[in-house]
Amino acid sequence: MSDAPTISRRRVLNLGLAGAGAAAMAPTLASAQTPDPLIVERQEWTQYLGDGVNAKPYGVPSKFEKDVVRREVEWLTASRQSSVSFTPLHALDGVITPNGLCFVRHHGGEAEIDPDKHRFMINGMVDKPLVFTMEDIRRMPGRVNRVYFLECAANSGMEWRGSQLNGCQFTHGMIHNVVYTGVPLKAFLNEAGVSAKGKWVLAEGADASAMTRSIPLEKAMDDCLVAWAMNGEALRPEQGYPLRLVVPGWEGNMWIKWLRRVEVGDQPWAQREETSKYTDLLADGRSRQHTFLMDAKSVVTNPSPQSPLKSKGPNVLSGVAWSGRGAIKRVDVSLDGGKNWRTARIEGPTFPRAMARFYVDFDWNGQELMLQSRAMDDSGYVQPTKNELRKFRGTNSIYHNNGIQTWLVRPDGSAENVEVS
Amino acid sequence: MSKSAKAIAFLALAVACTGGAFAGERAGLGRPALPEELKAWDIDVRPDGQGLPDGKGSVSDGEALFQTKCSSCHGEFGEGAGRWPVLAGGKDSLTSDRPEKTIGSFWPYTSTVYDYIHRAMPFGDAQSLKPDEVYALTAYLMNLNDLVPGDFVLSRGNFPKDLPNEKNFYDDDRETTEKTFWNNDPCMSNCKDKVEVTGHAAILDVTPDDQKDNKDEKPAGAVE
Repeated sequence: MSDAPTISRRRVLNLGLAGAGAAAMAPTLASAQTPDPLIVERQEWTQYLGDGVNAKPYGVPSKFEKDVVRREVEWLTASRQSSVSFTPLHALDGVITPNGLCFVRHHGGEAEIDPDKHRFMINGMVDKPLVFTMEDIRRMPGRVNRVYFLECAANSGMEWRGSQLNGCQFTHGMIHNVVYTGVPLKAFLNEAGVSAKGKWVLAEGADASAMTRSIPLEKAMDDCLVAWAMNGEALRPEQGYPLRLVVPGWEGNMWIKWLRRVEVGDQPWAQREETSKYTDLLADGRSRQHTFLMDAKSVVTNPSPQSPLKSKGPNVLSGVAWSGRGAIKRVDVSLDGGKNWRTARIEGPTFPRAMARFYVDFDWNGQELMLQSRAMDDSGYVQPTKNELRKFRGTNSIYHNNGIQTWLVRPDGSAENVEVS
Repeated sequence: MSKSAKAIAFLALAVACTGGAFAGERAGLGRPALPEELKAWDIDVRPDGQGLPDGKGSVSDGEALFQTKCSSCHGEFGEGAGRWPVLAGGKDSLTSDRPEKTIGSFWPYTSTVYDYIHRAMPFGDAQSLKPDEVYALTAYLMNLNDLVPGDFVLSRGNFPKDLPNEKNFYDDDRETTEKTFWNNDPCMSNCKDKVEVTGHAAILDVTPDDQKDNKDEKPAGAVE
């Protein structure tokens, strides 16, 4: 081929994959026989004026990005008001999730609350139960900005028994990662004065599910936030406008939306969402409770079933990793189903309990790949395989599936969610 | 105001800012919650019975209420209509291949039944039930799960704490039982002899497609 020198130069970058001896194909657009009309002919966007600056007072993505949306899996739940939609991870990059694409989990639909009518109460084992307006909350000293991932406890839950849904949006898309603006919950608890006997708090939402969760006081006083903004603007209604709880590193269910009350007590409340739900049934019939923390996890977002490989030659493997135990320290990637691993390049900011972005630049010669990623956090935890998790938990625990994902990439570039031995 | 008076006022404000919250003291924001307000919102009930209001309800009253307000979703006997939650049955199923996790087979505490019905049911008309009605519905659900006889009347005085499965819950022990997952030196090369594909999502074919007619087999949202 005419561009053989280019190929051999790329061999320097080659990952040394099995089958690397097979001839690599010419990359796309390496040469042209006829002039490209997109270049030699004047295009309409060059000739005519576009919209003025007032056309979109609140901007929206290009119409060519219309497929980058949250999606649902209708058969998962009985009602859309107690259901979930999924973040299109396969179509995103970097580490910050755009507000309009952050996955949504409701238990009583999306409450629509006038912020002037919202109240936030602190009560229970405190010196002085208090009521705050949103105006009061914004006047509280000690405002902070923090980046955290929020992962649903049930993310990847449909995959416990085996490969089921074909795309990382569906297998891993119950997660988002944004900058929150708010005030530490501790400030509100101090304002009311927590009794020395206080050991737990109960957080409660104002929506039609009146969602409640028990949280150890130690966590409440450590890094929980009462937040009213995400990515620089007010919370979206579906994310709890005007106020939500931020519980860094812990399962998404605890991040109470439309937060209206925090009660202090001396024992957990055993509410529905911490007994019937968000408890993890193991093979012996017993169940773990209070499995708050989300363990280290990762997924290759590109290529993946919704984002196939299109060209041989240079390609960029990309993915995200996160851990509720701290910061992502390392991500390893395998292209042969876990036989051999190499360490990926983490690019961009990596905060504790936030999403990290990783890349592996590689040459693809059309061979079949079995892609995996393996996250390690700064506690030394290494993301396990699904089979390793099943050894400890069986297949009925629903929540906390952080097992390694495998994508089978075929010679035509298409990718599929598979299980491997 | 004279210049010096302004300076003193400004200084006082500065002192108030630095001496307040930053020293861990109270900012003085918010106002005391009134007893009526606490009563309206603090409706949670704990396993030890804290939070239960006065009242009572019988299994038979609960059955009548259940048929009116609940059975369209949960079935006449709590068996669940369509895809809606099953509330009764599933005894001894927790180690089976397909566990049925109901109030009787799985839930640890009776208090949660009362609290959740009062808090969030009926779905679409939450917090519409009076204490006696919630007691009656809780009694009926206990009866459907073979926990109390048909003539039982539930009240704060005889409210039971534990349900049959309570003893089978324990606190998160991942750091002990799964400590093998902490490993500073995971295998990097020749980690397995062979790798075989053991399961395919595409064969199951339950992922939403872009087109309803199923002609387009690409998963929804695929990058074109």
